[in-house]
Amino acid sequence: MKKCSDLVFRYMRVDHLPQIWCPGCGNGILMRYVAAAIDDLKLEREKVVIVSGIGCSSRAAGYLDFNTIHTTHGRAIPFATGIKLARPELEVIVITGDGDCTAIGGNHLIHAARRNMELTVIVFNNNIYGMTGGQYSPTTPTGEYGTTAPYGNIDRQFDIPLLAAAAGASYTARGSAYHTQQTIKVIRDGIANPGFSLIDCLSPCPTYYGRKNKKGSAVDMMKYQRDHGITQTQWDKLSEEERKDKFIIGQLTKNDYPGYTAIYRQIIEKKRENTENKDRK
Amino acid sequence: MSRSVLMQGNEACVEGALAAGMRFFAGYPITPSTEIAEACAVRLPQVGGVFIQMEDEIAGLAAVIGASVAGKKAMTATSGPGFSLKQENIGYASLAEIPCVIVDVQRCGPSTGMPTSPAQGDLMQARWGTHGDHPVIAVSPSGVQEVYSLAIRCFNLSEKYRTPVIFLMDEIVGHMREGIVIPDPDSYEVINRPLSGVSGINKTCFHVDPGEWVPRMAPFGDGERYNITGLIHDESGFPTNDHDTARKLMERLFQKISCNYDDIVQVENDMMEDAEIAVVCFGGTARAAKEAIREARSHGIRAGMFRPVTVWPFPEKELRGWIPQLKKIIMAEHNAGQMLREVQRVTEGRLPISFIGKIDGTLIRPDEILQKINEANNEKMQ
Repeated sequence: MKKCSDLVFRYMRVDHLPQIWCPGCGNGILMRYVAAAIDDLKLEREKVVIVSGIGCSSRAAGYLDFNTIHTTHGRAIPFATGIKLARPELEVIVITGDGDCTAIGGNHLIHAARRNMELTVIVFNNNIYGMTGGQYSPTTPTGEYGTTAPYGNIDRQFDIPLLAAAAGASYTARGSAYHTQQTIKVIRDGIANPGFSLIDCLSPCPTYYGRKNKKGSAVDMMKYQRDHGITQTQWDKLSEEERKDKFIIGQLTKNDYPGYTAIYRQIIEKKRENTENKDRK
Repeated sequence: MSRSVLMQGNEACVEGALAAGMRFFAGYPITPSTEIAEACAVRLPQVGGVFIQMEDEIAGLAAVIGASVAGKKAMTATSGPGFSLKQENIGYASLAEIPCVIVDVQRCGPSTGMPTSPAQGDLMQARWGTHGDHPVIAVSPSGVQEVYSLAIRCFNLSEKYRTPVIFLMDEIVGHMREGIVIPDPDSYEVINRPLSGVSGINKTCFHVDPGEWVPRMAPFGDGERYNITGLIHDESGFPTNDHDTARKLMERLFQKISCNYDDIVQVENDMMEDAEIAVVCFGGTARAAKEAIREARSHGIRAGMFRPVTVWPFPEKELRGWIPQLKKIIMAEHNAGQMLREVQRVTEGRLPISFIGKIDGTLIRPDEILQKINEANNEKMQ
């Protein structure tokens, strides 16, 4: 594996560092995993596009040295859809957050998954709206606190990979800031998967989510990820009760359904030919 | 070679856009603009382009901006409710300077209103719909032939000034069928965005060269690496809170439109040379106005029609030029007085203005305009 500093100097815009994230935030770690996965795949830098929405996570686009676009809140996926359809040869990666992707952008998520659009969506999931100061998000667990859930959150949580898989994503996985090798691998596999890939990446937010919910220090929150993230094999052996506070790290679902632009390309080839034939007659 | 065809306004919009080089459309079905999406779905793959029906109106414009960033000329089409939903991304395209065309085939509002009835109630929304101060170009056609030629013009303005352009159609022209001439491709100009040609990192991707109004653009994937954001940004394309940088950026965004007013603004003057009474209107309302002034002329009344083709920026210089010879203005529009406010602003009380505005989904008839012309003529005699 490459040293962290190698990845920073190679793939990040060092004149824009240090980044704006709080001490202890998982986003910087996850951003490095994205760079490591791209490095492993030896992608041509000019052919990689990073699209982000709005929120803490979405500042990642500005630090990564590729074609980058920081879009409107919730809309990273449809912006990315336009880019991919216009130039299918580009590797289009969306970096988004739990609020950006599943609240304001939830409709776009399920429809891009349904189309199996050839995008890789990496969710920096910190269970809270961090940029605006700690409001509950669609992934804040029931009963926990946010500035807008002062009496405890009564909403239920989205399981983002489950949602994406149900909608039609051809690859879903989960990683975390703690699980370095496993997370780099699922990001790599997600990018390599030709269809729609969704990688839920758990990111500790000690400043808001952690403080509001007495989760301890940044280190404590990383330890939580270590102690509660398990493999699919381990998961399969656990009872329903034992699974309650656990989550699977690694690939969750995969299928070979063809990607949208690949199918659309066939329509173009067929219709272009038909029109040309008609012109000849 | 030019050729004659019978065509619906919405279809002509698509054919004009294709002639301008449109190769991407993303949208959402909405009456009375749906034929534009339908025609794009048929036509784009035939020319190697891409059509996609998105999950909602917001996504339609988001995908269009994405495709434009990747180098395609891109368009979306909608009507009132969808136009409201697109406003945030119109602001994005305005600040990030991404060329794109947004067609709004206006219908009766507010809210769901009367989807199949004509109206022109989105005039002010086209100007002020997105939040924050921003310049805008909006163009409004009065017939099918003009839909075709102005669709080309919308793309040209959008590419030249790196700005979203709003093609403000209405149900009248959208659903009207007329015989039109599809012009020979050599007979009109097609403008493409200025390209940077930089490869590798570009740290001055939003720098404007001397003598130019907009930064040169690099399609994603062509070899240049840079950042685009909807935050106020400096020449490097990165966010800044520096007030001097913010002021300079905003000044340039306004000036690229205001300093090129003569290139952007077009009007139609019909029998205005000796007119004492001017009917001011835009879009499909011009059909009734033209008939009314012809009828008035046949009775010896010196009536003319002044029509902003470019509705934003508002053609104030052109309208102001007619004031000294006019006795009265009749403002006719299918809304409660949106262009009327502009006309009042420009004329500064120097002329009486009578107003015909309809917001019930019916059309303004030629005889209603003629009646106002006759009244104005009688007042003049007294």
